[in-house]
Amino acid sequence: MSEVAAVRSRDAGLYFRHTVPVRIMHWINVIALMILFMTGLNIFGAHPALNWGKSSYEGRPPVVEIGATQDAMGNLVGVTRLFGHDLVTTGWLGVTRGPDKELTVSAFPSWLMVPSYRWLAMARRWHFFFAWVFVINGLCYVAYSIASRHLSRDLAPTRLDLRSIGQSIVDHLRFKHPTGEAAKRYNVLQKLTYLTVIFVLLPLTILMGMAMSPGLDALIPGWVDVFGGRQSARTIHFIVAWLLVLFVLIHVFEVIISGFWNHMRSMITGRFRIDQGGSHADKK
Amino acid sequence: MLTRSSLSRRRFFGRAAAAFGTVLLAGCDSLSRSEWFPKVLATGEDVNRAAQRLLGGRRSMAQEFNESDLSPEFRSNGTASPNNARYQALAAGGFADYRLEVSGLIDNPRAFSLAELRALPSRTQVTRHDCVEGWSAIGKWKGAKFSALLDAVGAKPQARYVVFHCADPMEADGTGFYYESIDMDDAHHVQTILAYDLNDRALPIKNGAPVRLRVERQLGYKHAKYVMRIELVESFDKIAGGMGGYWEDQGYEWYAGI
Repeated sequence: MSEVAAVRSRDAGLYFRHTVPVRIMHWINVIALMILFMTGLNIFGAHPALNWGKSSYEGRPPVVEIGATQDAMGNLVGVTRLFGHDLVTTGWLGVTRGPDKELTVSAFPSWLMVPSYRWLAMARRWHFFFAWVFVINGLCYVAYSIASRHLSRDLAPTRLDLRSIGQSIVDHLRFKHPTGEAAKRYNVLQKLTYLTVIFVLLPLTILMGMAMSPGLDALIPGWVDVFGGRQSARTIHFIVAWLLVLFVLIHVFEVIISGFWNHMRSMITGRFRIDQGGSHADKK
Repeated sequence: MLTRSSLSRRRFFGRAAAAFGTVLLAGCDSLSRSEWFPKVLATGEDVNRAAQRLLGGRRSMAQEFNESDLSPEFRSNGTASPNNARYQALAAGGFADYRLEVSGLIDNPRAFSLAELRALPSRTQVTRHDCVEGWSAIGKWKGAKFSALLDAVGAKPQARYVVFHCADPMEADGTGFYYESIDMDDAHHVQTILAYDLNDRALPIKNGAPVRLRVERQLGYKHAKYVMRIELVESFDKIAGGMGGYWEDQGYEWYAGI
């Protein structure tokens, strides 16, 4: 693109990678998703079980149930029941460390929750406020990406991309990252991952959140049954939230191994250093 | 092979991330306890209410289910038997002496016996009860249409809310009675009923006997159990904590459509 070339820095090695709107919306999204996830775990703690179906009482045991019990000595023991199998998960699930580091009955540990202790009413306030921040930001991002051709130019895989999926998988497994001209573009796995997150996982988690609202369920009675019912929707909401965490972990891992400061600079100032040959983009 | 510098760099990143996380969490906790921030967050509730009222209004209908979807046992949450001598005396007499008082901004203040409530036009519906905690149960409810009760007492035009005063004290010392409120949109809604039957039997005490409110497009805590007195008001600011309900006074949303 000529406009991109025009804003290229005087330093030939620095390349203008992310536009201002993309940078702003990226960081708003980071904050909103983090808060939605951590308040979501707090909300989950009020009923730490996941069911499949229209209600929680259809005669089937929950898919997952996180609980607490006591051992012979009277110590708290966290128990997670997964498809009928009991696992002792003290410290991680069921019985976890509170803000005061003492073991307490809480599905998730305090360092994963906002507020850091069980407080359903407050967690809901945070959750529904940042849900609006997240949805409005996301809609702006999609509109901008279409209008600015960020979507068609940078995110849509080309035919050549699709043919090189196999090579890209091998490159990722060997932690080999593109250099030179190729480093200016997203690689094919990156494109497909971003598209899946933007157009599948995030809309799905929003929709499943809406499916839990009795008011929104009443707009078109029965629409929730498409996803198996309200309790199924709650389960999907939870699973997709963790898939998003998995995405974030891989995303951050890739950022770290392919030049942490270079990527941070490009998501803050927009400028990305292109390495013309070495194997590491940010070698020092 | 890891060099010493990459090890110490890794340790530095780990510690920085942990410290950053601790500060963020403590920050969120102190924001939660502040006076102003929860009010900012509550604008989300206002937007939700406005959006849902705009989309659904009085008309949208909660999903109704088949009897095959009924939960085998309808879970009791909150109070299972009110710690209240007057209520227990009424229950011992099979609620023969129960009178539902209706007062406030109405033309004809009066009290209804259970037989009189049963004589009002009724509605039967199989609906899903969604608790704010996250679970759902499906039950078959039969009760007096709330709009019929409003017609019988003649709601004045300045009435904006209906307040439900209940028999169950929420404090161990027998004080802090449960109460709830709904607006006139929900009061006139077709599915809003004063339920006296659950699954074809008289409403059990654990589920709110003799009558409980069903306001199907909102969460469970709006469905007041053990309703003793109904009051039509212009504002609920002066009632108990002033937020329109027992749980609302504890920080839960007044509009519980989400």
